[in-house]
Amino acid sequence: MSENNGNNTSLRLKTGLAEMLKGGVIMDVMSVEQAEVAEKAGATAVMALERVPAIIRAEGGVSRMANPKLIRQIMATVSIPVMAKCRIGHFAEAQILQELGVDYIDESEVLTPADEEHHVDKHAFKTPFVCGARNLGEALRRIAEGAAMIRTKGEAGTGDVVHAVKHMRQIVKEMRQLTVMSEEELFAAAKNHQAPYELVRIVAKAGKLPVPNFSAGGIATPADASLMMQLGAEAVFVGSGIFMKGGATPLDLSLKVEREEAESRARAIVIATTHYDDAKVLAEVSEQMTGAMKGLAVGAIAEKDLLQTRGW
Amino acid sequence: MKIGVLALQGDFDAHRRRLEELGAEVVLVRKPEQFDEIDGLVIPGGESSTFLKLLGDETFRKLSAFAHTKPTFGTCAGAIMLAKEVENPHQQGLNAIDITIRRNAYGRQIDSIIVEAATALGGDPLEMVFIRAPRIEKVGEGVEVLAQRGDDPVLVRKGTVMAATFHPELSADMRVHAEFLKLVKNGTKY
Repeated sequence: MSENNGNNTSLRLKTGLAEMLKGGVIMDVMSVEQAEVAEKAGATAVMALERVPAIIRAEGGVSRMANPKLIRQIMATVSIPVMAKCRIGHFAEAQILQELGVDYIDESEVLTPADEEHHVDKHAFKTPFVCGARNLGEALRRIAEGAAMIRTKGEAGTGDVVHAVKHMRQIVKEMRQLTVMSEEELFAAAKNHQAPYELVRIVAKAGKLPVPNFSAGGIATPADASLMMQLGAEAVFVGSGIFMKGGATPLDLSLKVEREEAESRARAIVIATTHYDDAKVLAEVSEQMTGAMKGLAVGAIAEKDLLQTRGW
Repeated sequence: MKIGVLALQGDFDAHRRRLEELGAEVVLVRKPEQFDEIDGLVIPGGESSTFLKLLGDETFRKLSAFAHTKPTFGTCAGAIMLAKEVENPHQQGLNAIDITIRRNAYGRQIDSIIVEAATALGGDPLEMVFIRAPRIEKVGEGVEVLAQRGDDPVLVRKGTVMAATFHPELSADMRVHAEFLKLVKNGTKY
């Protein structure tokens, strides 16, 4: 038995886990109890964090990596993969998350950036990374840095899907445009996208990203999940949509009625993601779901308060 | 020859591509009635706890009946689904092949690994991609071990059922899927 651990092997293992997450829902959780609800509802993975984006948005302040104790507790509780977020460019937080053994690191614009110019060199890690993107150039820059999964940024913590749609449509459109370009046009495209030519060429040939392409940022209902899957997402992240009421108030899982509300939302979005192209099933699960996050229209948020513009 | 790939969640598309490369007609199975139109079934990698949630009673019954009578191949989470006993945590298995399997037994993603080892399928060593893999802890009587990682069985077969704890759909080597298609074509080996 021989072991092969070259660079290419590392990327195959990293994208390999993303392959396993396809067609599923990754849910933000802030406690062991929420993680249990997520797993029971059929989540493929959980994202462990101290404050979901809706709370970060409402409370402000500096948002950092979650406390390792909370992450460990969640890892010890669920059998599905556990992800956690580090700040953009904060490779020390990433090193800590790798040491904890989390299954994926999200270098996320939802947390306060730690570096105004550089992202983490993700090739230096054995733990795979997911990064957000608003367009193809941003996606390819992250892939060049070693990201093994891309997700749309959308506008986290709003429950408004409009920018997840915008970013997915943008990425899909720009990929499609590459597929019909001539060789010399691809050089110019690489310049315009500010992305490495080799990656531009790979996308032009394949018509898709060389790593899985998921969606995040404002997905709050079964219909939202279906919409993103129909637009080309291969799986969805649901942040504040499952466990939040309005503003900075989460559902209280110690109350039966609020626990059931969280469970019904989680279950409905899981089923909707699998049967995203079956309107009959979508109607059924939408009907069974009780309540939804109140939400915040992205159009009403001042430019300076957007999270999606973080990252370069 | 129509092969179904259970497409509730996971890397079903990687299996679809591989089976199509080998000339099979592939149906992505999400509904109970689709089990009636296929000759063989692949249960892909993914999260087995998610599969169980998404199956629902009717589809679970159909899947179970199929796996007990017709050629079925499971990889990773799919192998967990087919097992007689599932540990860590205990969960429902289809009991289609007499193996005891332990989820995430080799560790977390950081312990995921690609290894090469000899196989009873013949030819060169087989590349095996393990992602948060389960371990087959026990095989029952008559279960044939086709490949091992160290002392652990990782590719097993009995009657019309095959199970792998690794992901042949993520390797360029087509032998494992070709072997399954042979099983579908010829029926049981025994």
